Amino acid sequence: MTVIRTEELTRSFARKGTRRHPLARPEQLTAVDGLTLTVEAGESVGYIGANGAGKSTTIKMLVGILVPTSGTVRTCGLEPVRQRRTLAGRVGVVFGQRSALWWDLPLRDSFELLTAIHRIPAAEASARTADLVERLEMGPTLGTPVRQLSLGQRMRGEVAAALLHRPELVILDEPTIGLDVLSKQRLREFLIEQRLEHGTTLLLTTHDMGDVARLCSRVVLVDHGEMAYDGTLDGLAAQVGAERVLVVDLAEPHPDLTGLPGSRHLGSEGEGLRQRLAFDATATTAAALLAQVSARVAVVDLAIEEPDVEDVVRRVYLAQQRDG
Amino acid sequence: MASAPDPAGPRPTAWAAYRAVLGSRVRARASYRIPFITDSLGAGLVGIVEFVETFLVFSATGAIGGFDVHAILLVFALAEIGFCLGDLAFGHLDSLPEYLRAGTLDIFYLRPQPLLAQLVTSDISLRRLARAAVGVVILGVALWTNAIMWTIPRAAMLVLALVCSPLIYAALFVCAAGVQFFTVNAPEMPNAFTYGGRYAAVTPASVWPGPLRIFFGFVAPVAFTGYLPALVILDLPGVGVLAQPLAWGLPLAVVSVWGIALLLWRTGVRHYQGGGG
Amino acid sequence: MRSTLAVYLRLVRVGLRTQSAYPLAAVAGVAANAMFGLIKASILLAAVASAGGALRGYDAATMAAYVWVSQALIGLVQPWGGSQIAASTRSGQVAVELVRPLDVQGAHIADDVGRGLFGVLPRTLPTLAVGALTTGLFLPHALAPYVLGVGSALLAVVLSSACRYALGVLGFWVVDARGLQTLYMVVGSFLAGLFVPLPLMPHWLQALAAATPFPSLLMAPVDVISGRVTGPAAYAVLAHQGLWLIAAWALGAVLTRAGARRLEIQGG
Repeated sequence: MTVIRTEELTRSFARKGTRRHPLARPEQLTAVDGLTLTVEAGESVGYIGANGAGKSTTIKMLVGILVPTSGTVRTCGLEPVRQRRTLAGRVGVVFGQRSALWWDLPLRDSFELLTAIHRIPAAEASARTADLVERLEMGPTLGTPVRQLSLGQRMRGEVAAALLHRPELVILDEPTIGLDVLSKQRLREFLIEQRLEHGTTLLLTTHDMGDVARLCSRVVLVDHGEMAYDGTLDGLAAQVGAERVLVVDLAEPHPDLTGLPGSRHLGSEGEGLRQRLAFDATATTAAALLAQVSARVAVVDLAIEEPDVEDVVRRVYLAQQRDG
Repeated sequence: MASAPDPAGPRPTAWAAYRAVLGSRVRARASYRIPFITDSLGAGLVGIVEFVETFLVFSATGAIGGFDVHAILLVFALAEIGFCLGDLAFGHLDSLPEYLRAGTLDIFYLRPQPLLAQLVTSDISLRRLARAAVGVVILGVALWTNAIMWTIPRAAMLVLALVCSPLIYAALFVCAAGVQFFTVNAPEMPNAFTYGGRYAAVTPASVWPGPLRIFFGFVAPVAFTGYLPALVILDLPGVGVLAQPLAWGLPLAVVSVWGIALLLWRTGVRHYQGGGG
Repeated sequence: MRSTLAVYLRLVRVGLRTQSAYPLAAVAGVAANAMFGLIKASILLAAVASAGGALRGYDAATMAAYVWVSQALIGLVQPWGGSQIAASTRSGQVAVELVRPLDVQGAHIADDVGRGLFGVLPRTLPTLAVGALTTGLFLPHALAPYVLGVGSALLAVVLSSACRYALGVLGFWVVDARGLQTLYMVVGSFLAGLFVPLPLMPHWLQALAAATPFPSLLMAPVDVISGRVTGPAAYAVLAHQGLWLIAAWALGAVLTRAGARRLEIQGG
């Protein structure tokens, strides 16, 4: 079943302050430009692009907030703007920058209210809420007014709020922005669990390639409103050579760790105490590389740097220029 | 031939900051002409409606508290002009709670100027000039329709009132801002001082019950912005403690209300710093 | 399946609870309402006295009732309140509202009505008490004015929310929505009879006011509660308010439908 289908979807905005006189047409800015995209049920899509690439505009058209300038869009087989309220019952959305919770009320009340809004029968509502509360470890914060929650706590609340009514399609717009490593990890694990259990379709926009790598089987990259890539993450990595970087802190100074298969030595600090190794995620794994390093010298600490989305976008752009 | 300027330039004065803000407001306004015009019309409308409200009550009865329609015009005009000018320069202290919530105030703490000076110079609402203009027109009508026997003291009182009234309202805005450090979530609290003061000031003090006479005569001394100067100019006796000679205490009223204002402001700032924001 | 009405009634309760998170705001509201009430009472009671004890159908006690009932209703009716829909559109928060299976207009008005109704206990009653203790005021001795008065006040609260919602949506088409807001607040509160009771105005001004919904916001419930209008005339006042409510709601609905195409949310 097709969950999302857009054809030549386009949206332009009037640029504010570009109207020379009251009757003049203001300049147009095209945020989404002829996007054709199909997402099947159960897929998990990372929708990435630089700031202003048109990601949020696309999402708003998918859920019926914005009217397309031209082209067509069907979400869950519905026409989003005309059937917005029906669609709202079948989609769950988290806008990372905004809150769907009631600021002054305890978290628990927001959940109760949302189950009422979605008209979930009482028994089912309490079971579903209890399940989400347990999995997202929100028990201790249930009685706290939302405005007093930490960002990580609140974001778990937002995700739960979007999933209460068991939507077929979950759209997450920058769900991990500003979260610490632990909160990110917990949220990702939860989303993987939900997908495994319920077969939910997931569309995710993010700046964090880590999110995409853990959660998405497919990547769609937009640039200036147009689709620049659609395929697997590995394929994208192969196309742009996006490498991850393993940073190791060693027990003792060591000469540069060169010649390890699948990796490239980027540099050393502190007379070789800290070394940076770039590796191609399609050629080797962080674990394999770490094992090779450990065979040579004792490792005390490590970190992995993910390629930034902006970086990937830039590389795609460069690669296309080179090919063209 | 002018001498070459000192390359470092003279140290900018506090006024330079104010001039810069004023300049930027004027430029910003020039580029958004439609909102500025409607804003000004709106502000002028506020002045007109408030005048009509006062006028209707007096015209329905003839005279209230020893003031007829003509005499009340003078009270209204003096108080209104004073309020508008005070509001023009200090009125945006009203938005202190928003600054507190947005953390803008913390940024002000990092700069070398006094906090109050920075807040005052952070914005100027030029549209309020339109409302002052309504007051000026009414003042003209009032001076025309009242048979005033002009003497030097009466003319002096008119000038003194026009200079001092804005200072009294400015102080009330500072008082209100000081209180707002304690009542961030209660934005209506300061209205009782500022807008309430203005509302009281455009009515003759002779109608106020005793406690209000003390409060608006000596604590938040808005009686000095309209009623008392009008007593001198129109040569009316006044009522109880608020008698004609008291009007000459206007400069003292300014000093005392500013004393209260700075005290409340300091208390508020201390409270904010003590609470750790 | 819960009924649609139940969902919106829950939203009313949420608005009420949201406002109850700021108890100090209510105290401040009473302080401001009482201060303005004292001044308003001084000038209007002096006017009645100088007119020989009777002015356009008001005596001292009924004028005091006008003053304090109107002051007490401010916190409920919120004649100066902005519109949440405008703020919500500016901030982009409306996006969240649009992904709920709710009618945006209904949800907004429900929340707003709830916020207003919170004021009954901490604002309306204390303000009336201040009036009773200072100037005293006339209160009807029969039950009917209170029953009808509650109905009229409720209609006024919902009508006020519906009007401000429509105004907020109208802002989508206007170059300067803030100017519109100022116009509404200034002219609206004047024609609602907030500072000067309508009978003190010249006939042409009363006729002008009657052609707007504003008297239904304040003067109507004040007249009914203070017993100035009773019997069949009181029912007529309520019916009149009801008609304005239907008109304002319909206007809001039409504007929302037309405005959906223009909702250009921040952060595309």
